[in-house]
Amino acid sequence: MRPEMTAIAPGTLPKSSPRGGAARARMLRSLLPALSLSLVLMAIAWLNPRAISYFGFSLMLNLAIPIALATIAQMFVIAGNELDLSIGTFVGFVGCVTATWLKDTPLIGIAALLGSIGVYALIGALIHLRNLPSIVVTLGMSFVWQGLAILILPKPGGKAPDWLLAILAFKPPYIPFPILAALLIAAVVHFGLMRTSYGVILRGSGGNAAALKRAGWSLLRTKIVLFALTGLFGVLSGMALIGITTSADANIGNGYTLLSIAGVILGGGEFVGGRVSPIGAVIGALTLALAASPLLTFMHIPPDWQVAANGAILIIVLAARVLISRRER
Amino acid sequence: MLQAIADIVRLDGAEKHFGAVRALSGVDFHVGAGECVGLVGHNGAGKSTLMHMVAGTLRPDGGHIAVRGNQEASYSVARALELGIRCVFQELSLCPNLSVAENTRINHPSLTGFGWRRKAADLIQAKLDEIFPDHGISATDIAGDLSIGKRQMVEVARAFTLTREPLHLVILDEPTSSLDAHTAGQLLAFVRRFVAAGGSCILISHVLGEVLQNADRIVVMRDGKVVAADAATAFDRDKLVAAMGGAEGHQRAVAETRKTQAGPLKVRARPARQQDGKELVARAGDIIGLAGLAGHGQTDLLLAIFAAASRAKAGIEVTAPVALVAGDRQADGIFAQWSIAQNIGIRSLHRLRNGLLISPQREAELAEFWKKKIGIRTPDMNNNIFSLSGGNQQKALFARALGSDAQIVLMDDPMRGVDIGTKLEVYDLLREEAAKGRTFLWYTTETEELDNCDHVYVFKNGRIVANLRRDELTEEKIIQSSFGDAA
Repeated sequence: MRPEMTAIAPGTLPKSSPRGGAARARMLRSLLPALSLSLVLMAIAWLNPRAISYFGFSLMLNLAIPIALATIAQMFVIAGNELDLSIGTFVGFVGCVTATWLKDTPLIGIAALLGSIGVYALIGALIHLRNLPSIVVTLGMSFVWQGLAILILPKPGGKAPDWLLAILAFKPPYIPFPILAALLIAAVVHFGLMRTSYGVILRGSGGNAAALKRAGWSLLRTKIVLFALTGLFGVLSGMALIGITTSADANIGNGYTLLSIAGVILGGGEFVGGRVSPIGAVIGALTLALAASPLLTFMHIPPDWQVAANGAILIIVLAARVLISRRER
Repeated sequence: MLQAIADIVRLDGAEKHFGAVRALSGVDFHVGAGECVGLVGHNGAGKSTLMHMVAGTLRPDGGHIAVRGNQEASYSVARALELGIRCVFQELSLCPNLSVAENTRINHPSLTGFGWRRKAADLIQAKLDEIFPDHGISATDIAGDLSIGKRQMVEVARAFTLTREPLHLVILDEPTSSLDAHTAGQLLAFVRRFVAAGGSCILISHVLGEVLQNADRIVVMRDGKVVAADAATAFDRDKLVAAMGGAEGHQRAVAETRKTQAGPLKVRARPARQQDGKELVARAGDIIGLAGLAGHGQTDLLLAIFAAASRAKAGIEVTAPVALVAGDRQADGIFAQWSIAQNIGIRSLHRLRNGLLISPQREAELAEFWKKKIGIRTPDMNNNIFSLSGGNQQKALFARALGSDAQIVLMDDPMRGVDIGTKLEVYDLLREEAAKGRTFLWYTTETEELDNCDHVYVFKNGRIVANLRRDELTEEKIIQSSFGDAA
């Protein structure tokens, strides 16, 4: 297969070694999200061994499912070199629809949610056709979603549909539900984006759009599909969030915009170039969910400082990634 | 009529304008079945525009296009692929984030369903094995990790893979620009086999020898028109150059022995993997060639020397400021958002400074000086760098290096895809600068360019295996050293 390897003395692998180095560094980098998650877990185990239990995980990872879903949603737009600044308020909007219309008038609720996915698809089309910066368009949309959420639910309240509560109260044997859900989300999206033949086209649109166009693919379609998938996972995230909190508030998802971006990057994704990892993104979301409050509570860090401590963890992990990437060169 | 059916593709009176610029003015062009057509001309002569039309990526503003005798009213990329016409574009068009197999999938809509990954991997692997035996590329390699030469090999092999769509005509736009002599030979031999088996091919190359030896018929373009078209046997090198125009008045580098005495030492470098005592030595006024098969440590050594100039490094001695002319222009050379003047000035900022700020006036002066000196063809140096053709972009990168205070200029195969007129101009400039005492270290994949060097180091497996003076330099010798035992 590689005659140049057999031709030279053992111990020196020219030609292939720079590439081998790149592959090693990539490997290391793809392990980094898992590594940071296990570090956080070890810290928690050390601070509070009782937290490492079925019940402990169910509690600590309570909010991990909606965060993971929002992170996956963000990952799809990032795969196409775009950014969605409206995902947080969109999750809040979906939450308000779920806690009101979806419970009282399910048909209208379902129509509203499907319609909102359609709006996401249209935004994708608009961004592609008019060549607009996605940051600006989605920042504008974030106010639209927020306003709609307030119109639907002017003050906190509403109630999650019973079937949704039942799903999220599911207690599988041995494995806590949030972990099971995370595995499922990661597996499904990994298969869809990384293994299917159309997933290749979606990622390719972020890697080299011109090449894709020359091969006869529609970039309008890839953009629409990516944005619609973001909308779909945003809807799932909002519904999961309401299933856990049982009632809604128009501002409930506001923090998710930056959490989801951080989760994608923490999970090994890059802002441009179509380099994303669904498994990494889910792990990143779990890390953020754990580092957000359980770890810091166990460390007796007062709530006032928790946000800053959370940021520090993010910076440390990203710095480690940069160091590894530099070795790649 | 019979003639029309034997044609794979025929364009009549094709026209294309970009704003005020007339890129093509009424071009007639055809390719027959089982024919390899060579297409030559300077950068900007309209070759690429014409090929984009044949490939369906550009729509002609006027004229007709017919495929196998049928007029195509709404011709597009998808239609071209359906009809078996494919193109390997000059700018690399792989997705760097995808694996080799996944990149293959992009060109084959029918590679779907269960097991497509296996099928795509087998397809590209088999074709690579067929065209470039010993290529050392795996279908799971990520395209972005591969060297520029290997990326080009993947791209060429991908164009010849076969699934549902037929394959009648492949356009190869500068297919060998990043390949060394050995792999370029493998590719051209494959093209001959493909044509002998009834396929058709359009070969665009600035290496005239390649075209003369491999094309059945040669079409010469100049200023958006076809100026000559005849059987390849009717041309020789001089006739081609004359037909292309613009390169008159230049003399090819003759092996004059202009160097008499050795200047002061500028660079002494030992490759990291060197086990014997061989090392690279360059003195003031030297033009040193780095040869051998692509990716055998030439670029690595240049980068090591570049790094050693700012931070001391074991085994490398550098005594003067260094500048690098990148070979992978788009990735390593150009600041895409900047103007031509800014791209030239970036290496000389401390000289352009006025207090804390960059003086726009001095920047403009520097740019204007080099515009005249190196002949950058643009109405305004404040235009974006991408307004230039590939060859002129490369000139701007040379101007960046030569306009700086660097006494040592490292060149990492900078002439990829540059037309012969530009090349000759740059060669003259290099000799002129070398005579003034500058030192050039020049890695090139084109053996012809080594004629400009005072002596040549041949690399194999990251080591220097031979040091040839200009008078003992022959292509055979280089190939012999490249393949000889490294012991």
